[in-house]
Amino acid sequence: MEAQDIMWDFILLVLRAAIPAGTPLLFGTLGEVTAERSGVLNLGVEGMMIVGAVTAFGVTHSTGNIWLGVAAAALVGGLLALVHAFASITLRVNQVVSGLALTMLGLGLSGLVGKRYIGMPPRTRFAPLAVPGLSDLPIIGPLFFRYDPLVYLAIVLVPVLWFIMYKTRWGITLRSVGESPATADALGVNVFRVRYLAVFFGGLMAGVGGAYLSVVYTTAWIEGMTAGAGWIVIALTIFAMWDPLRALLGAYLFGGVRVLQYRLQPLGISPNLLNMLPFIFTILVLLISAGEAMRKRIGAPAALMQPYMREER
Amino acid sequence: MKGWLSLRLEKRLAVPRGLEYLTLALSLLLALAVIAVLFRALGVNPIVAYQRIFRGAFGSLYGLSETVVKAIPLMLVGVGLTIAFRARVYNIGAEGQLLVGAICATGLALARPNWPAWLLLPSMFAVGFIGGALWAMIPALLKARFRVDEVLSSLMMVYIASELVNYLVYGPWKGAKEMGFPYTDKFSPSAQLPRLLPTRIHYPTLILAVVLAVLAYILIQRTKWGFEIRVTGENPEAARYAGMNYLTTVLLVMLLSGGLAGLAGVGEVAGIHYRLRYPQGVSPGYGFTAIIVAWLARLNPLAVILTALLLGGLLVGGDAIQVALGLPVATMYIFNGVILLFVLGGEMLTRYQIRLEWRRKT
Repeated sequence: MEAQDIMWDFILLVLRAAIPAGTPLLFGTLGEVTAERSGVLNLGVEGMMIVGAVTAFGVTHSTGNIWLGVAAAALVGGLLALVHAFASITLRVNQVVSGLALTMLGLGLSGLVGKRYIGMPPRTRFAPLAVPGLSDLPIIGPLFFRYDPLVYLAIVLVPVLWFIMYKTRWGITLRSVGESPATADALGVNVFRVRYLAVFFGGLMAGVGGAYLSVVYTTAWIEGMTAGAGWIVIALTIFAMWDPLRALLGAYLFGGVRVLQYRLQPLGISPNLLNMLPFIFTILVLLISAGEAMRKRIGAPAALMQPYMREER
Repeated sequence: MKGWLSLRLEKRLAVPRGLEYLTLALSLLLALAVIAVLFRALGVNPIVAYQRIFRGAFGSLYGLSETVVKAIPLMLVGVGLTIAFRARVYNIGAEGQLLVGAICATGLALARPNWPAWLLLPSMFAVGFIGGALWAMIPALLKARFRVDEVLSSLMMVYIASELVNYLVYGPWKGAKEMGFPYTDKFSPSAQLPRLLPTRIHYPTLILAVVLAVLAYILIQRTKWGFEIRVTGENPEAARYAGMNYLTTVLLVMLLSGGLAGLAGVGEVAGIHYRLRYPQGVSPGYGFTAIIVAWLARLNPLAVILTALLLGGLLVGGDAIQVALGLPVATMYIFNGVILLFVLGGEMLTRYQIRLEWRRKT
């Protein structure tokens, strides 16, 4: 084989692996984008993801049904998000600290629940779903149309969420609550209910993202297996500038960085230094999006991190 | 019957002191009750667990001394965080700054093993402070200069620092006599802090922590800098209007909190392990637990001395249930999370008066 062919194969390999690697990040980011659009920052993503991961593994293991596992993970992620919602929306606790508390709680719970699943093999896994017709196309087929069903679900969610957010009444309501809750309130919108729902949705998505890690990507429960993915999600939300379409781009880009990290290891670079890559990359992402946000003056929802008080409008 | 029950909060004009302490105590008790329910649901007998935790942490001279040992890094990091949080600069990366402090001190200890203790130990503290402060400077500069959110950038620096420790102890600094363990060689005696025998309390670090807590209190309450820090935190607009330099304040509080975390790292390698180990070996998350220490203390550096002892006890108790009941280390994070949530919630409830009301659907 010529050097060019080897290079081309390598690129295809990385691209193909980047999509599954980026999928848990995509679920998480779509959820966080929604929550932050309503004005609530939830730093508990890491905690909700890891509890989702252990729940999905446990339920899949005991029922033999992956879909049940994923659904349970979503529900548990959503319930945890409600803790943050109550603290930050109703009690107006500082969102940064409340989210951190949620992450700690999630890490603790997952460790305690997951003890019995350590080292257990998966009972079942998803068969790759080939899209009829399209999957037989050369290059594009294997690259885009032979994944597990959750990959497609994530991809489908992107335009759906984008459409809801920008083209429907719901979307306008959601964004107005994040931009100016007092105005929304004056127009008869129940600010609190919208925020609760958005944060709950964020939790559902984080739960599914965690589930993807334990029942699809790794097919095992490993303590602390999210390993910072939840934090990367929060950075990606900023990178995506609170837009579902950009979230797709960011998540796969990051998936690519994660994959590269494994692919470069055989070249003799220290694995520890390679492990730093995603985090260095995250800081770069923060820096780039901070700069752009400043330039274009488009950025965070105006009321992000501001608790709403009805009497003080 | 159309409508919903709604919880309304009304701001109190003044919060009575007694109420504040009562709420704090009640919040803690409630948090412990909720954790007990969680434990029960997950198949752990909460009464047994709590007994073990209490006896492990406070039931013996050994337990008590270990509680102090764990409180030392929590105090140092916690005091630094009170300063940062006062300015509403959310330095979440103290864990990384602690590790870098440990790295710097180890570097010096390994490079200059023959320096006398009176020179080597203070130098190790100095480079540890500088290392931690510089590590914190990266997110600080990004925030001050480019408005990059410090919560995430400082946190990312934790993961980077952690991999740096791994790289060193598995790679260039791997000890010659460590039989494959990811440790550096043992420090020379002059790089080892004296202890209050027979305990592991490395008292020079303890004294340093208490002195710094007092100094931080004076800084915040009595100096012009402290005033600027408080104003920046409470009302950044007013601070800017009054001509205070926001950039300087951010850099200053990050420098101090990072430096103090670095000192905590020095204490761990020079007072406990006498070597650099893998990251979790150096710190079981002191940098994160210290966030709770600072918040429980209501951002008062003097109160940090007490809350650090409380959380230190919880860590020692955690070790005890880990051994006795076979629970994973991460279990203790449940305590951290729930306690933090309840204390914050309780604090808000003291500031507001709760009204339950029935809202009609319009």
